[in-house]
Amino acid sequence: MRAGDRVRSWLLGGWAALALLYLFVPIFIVVLFSFNDNRGRFNFTWQGFTLDHWARPFENPDLAVALKNSLLIALISTVIAVVLGTFMALALVRYGSRGRTLVDFFIFLPLATPEVVLGAALLALFLTFAFNTGFATIVIAHAMFTISYVVVTVKARLEGMDRHIEEAAMDLGATEWTTFRKVTLPMIAPGVGAAALLAAAISVDDYVITSFNAGQTQTFPLFIFGATRQGVPPEVNVLATGLLVIVLALMGLNVVLQRRLARRDAARAADAHTASLPA
Amino acid sequence: MLRLSLKRRRRLLPWLLLGPGLLWLVVFFAIPLLNQLNVSLQTGDPESGYVFDWAFGTYADAVADYDEQFLRSIVYAAVATVLCFVIAFPLAYFIAYRAGRWKNFMLLLIVLPFFMSYVLRTVAWQLILADGGWVVSRLQDVGLVADDGRLLASTTAVIAGITYNFLPFMALPLYVSLEKVDRRLIEAATDLYASRATAFRRVTLPLALPGIFAGSLLTFIPATGDFINAALLGTPRQFMIGNVIQSKFLVIQDYPSAAALSFILMTFILLGIFAYARALGARNLTEAAI
Repeated sequence: MRAGDRVRSWLLGGWAALALLYLFVPIFIVVLFSFNDNRGRFNFTWQGFTLDHWARPFENPDLAVALKNSLLIALISTVIAVVLGTFMALALVRYGSRGRTLVDFFIFLPLATPEVVLGAALLALFLTFAFNTGFATIVIAHAMFTISYVVVTVKARLEGMDRHIEEAAMDLGATEWTTFRKVTLPMIAPGVGAAALLAAAISVDDYVITSFNAGQTQTFPLFIFGATRQGVPPEVNVLATGLLVIVLALMGLNVVLQRRLARRDAARAADAHTASLPA
Repeated sequence: MLRLSLKRRRRLLPWLLLGPGLLWLVVFFAIPLLNQLNVSLQTGDPESGYVFDWAFGTYADAVADYDEQFLRSIVYAAVATVLCFVIAFPLAYFIAYRAGRWKNFMLLLIVLPFFMSYVLRTVAWQLILADGGWVVSRLQDVGLVADDGRLLASTTAVIAGITYNFLPFMALPLYVSLEKVDRRLIEAATDLYASRATAFRRVTLPLALPGIFAGSLLTFIPATGDFINAALLGTPRQFMIGNVIQSKFLVIQDYPSAAALSFILMTFILLGIFAYARALGARNLTEAAI
């Protein structure tokens, strides 16, 4: 029995390791080939190590524009989606009563719709109203399909929150707005931050919906897809790796910040406790 | 007076909070879908434009012309979903029960691929599966691939790509539901002389069911509509319904037919979700998926 357990444990661990490896092989390849001293257009075979592409990641002007567009679109659409989505989550969790299930379902629908359908339907709308597709329509599309993710993420945070703290603030005479600003927002901040990160990540990475609504505007994923026929330049690998590193750094920073805040709060609570003790 | 206005404000507030977001979703999600229904019933051609004509024939033609791509989308997505489950379940199980202090690190590893471009990761698969590449050569050595055979531009490559791209969508809900399972129930089962296999089958698995449903949906839905994998790792012989919709919309500009196809796809998936919802209870479904 004991030996059987150990074997089972090893098999399970081995399988998990293989699964993670499967997830990682392509990422490893992308990073590796950002250092490839490629000859010709295709960056498909390993030719030797070079740091050239890392030294000049923005050499291709089209690529630089595409990346700039992607980041700008992600920024604007994330702000829209986070503001609208956070308020929706707040309304659903705090004041939800009648009609909540219906609204929940309506918010869930875009998540359950294939991206092709979302992109195609939106393009049909823009065509019907002779609205030129481009930067603005990409922002609209991205804000539309990331709102649901924001609502879901912020809702999860709100549901785990102690309502009494807000009630206490209001009992002490704070207006609803002050309560929101000084109590609710700081408490859901990690959820809102996570939602913003998620929305931005989805926006930067989206190909399908963007391809329908981009018009002549290039984004990072559109550039890569378009480049596959002539060979994807290694600068793409450099920039994608750079983005990955930046996101990881931001996530790490978030963790450190949360820990520090938690420690500070704990210290304050302890201080308050000592101060309240009779001398 | 003040009390009344406060009450009214209280009643209005939720709608003020919901309003802008709902409006955005209505204008850019609900109306486009209805408009698409309208477009799908139009007739005409790209040069002279399209007019509304109750052209239900478009639907019949779309199904008749592209039944192959529809079927392929469903089969590829179904196979990929099953493969995702087979790969992800032991992984999720390991993280939930055995990973100890490595748990968060392993979860980070699962979401990490999301932070590198989807298209670029799929391009990396092109490289990995390329003719004469290391993988193909090794598989040829052991006879799994014929000497003149290839992996790229094949059904295998497309399904492998889809499986790869949607694996985290399966693994995360599975992990969440396994993590929620009360260990004491499993202990109770073994205390009551259930074998480990029986305890797993009768306790763990049923309790993890919401995660299995959610994971399958989150994998199957985007996989059915995917066209990147078929475009980059396959040939027109592997094209799925997403490829057809995309080229009809953006290349051929046959809008009614494209709208009809995407409407059929949407309906198919909604019907699937409702079937799931009936089997599982609607509340559980939204909860599990979210």
